[in-house]
Amino acid sequence: MDIKTKSLGTVSIVEKQIIELKNGFYGFGQYHRFALLDAAQKPFIWVQSLDESDLAFLALDPFLFRPDYEIDIDDATISPLGIETPSDVLVFVLVTIPQNGEPITANLQGPLIINKKNNQAMQAVLSDARWKTKHDIAAESSAKRGK
Amino acid sequence: MLILSRKINEKIMIGEDISLTIIEIRGDQVKVGVEAPKSVKVFRQEVYEAIQNENKAAAAATSNANLDGLSGIIIPHQ
Repeated sequence: MDIKTKSLGTVSIVEKQIIELKNGFYGFGQYHRFALLDAAQKPFIWVQSLDESDLAFLALDPFLFRPDYEIDIDDATISPLGIETPSDVLVFVLVTIPQNGEPITANLQGPLIINKKNNQAMQAVLSDARWKTKHDIAAESSAKRGK
Repeated sequence: MLILSRKINEKIMIGEDISLTIIEIRGDQVKVGVEAPKSVKVFRQEVYEAIQNENKAAAAATSNANLDGLSGIIIPHQ
């Protein structure tokens, strides 16, 4: 099927690229269906709303810049996704690009959790104080590189 | 909405298995103890607001932001 996107024009997607968030993203609870699309800038992806072409988030595999990232969510919270094994899980974090030239950040406190077997997804809220809504991607990535 | 007064060490029950206890009052700060089943998520309101605000910033910034800034900021680990 063809969808209209915020940054890539009209693109053709297949069913397995579509994820469903029953509760949406916080602040965007009315939007439930999104497509995962490769961005031109690897390894970033777009999480593009299917219902509102102007709504899209840039996202990233958090482990690429924070190999020490951990997600601890209690079973009751995550049970609606129907996850059976950890290998069913795909994790992305949303990326913010400030307009004023400040560093590009990733939100490690509110990760997007996807069950890749059934494409059910949710935005979790982590209670671990290590994970904030703004992590400077370049700084933390180069800190790891320096080791 | 229910508005009520409590003294130190008095409790408020919400349903049968959630209780709030006023532990300490110091100036304009109140320390509250929350007892709830594991299945009930308890967060400070600011946590949800912070995530909401960050989502809005993330959605807004991508409209005409300079995506070129993304290139090369990730250093792969393998």
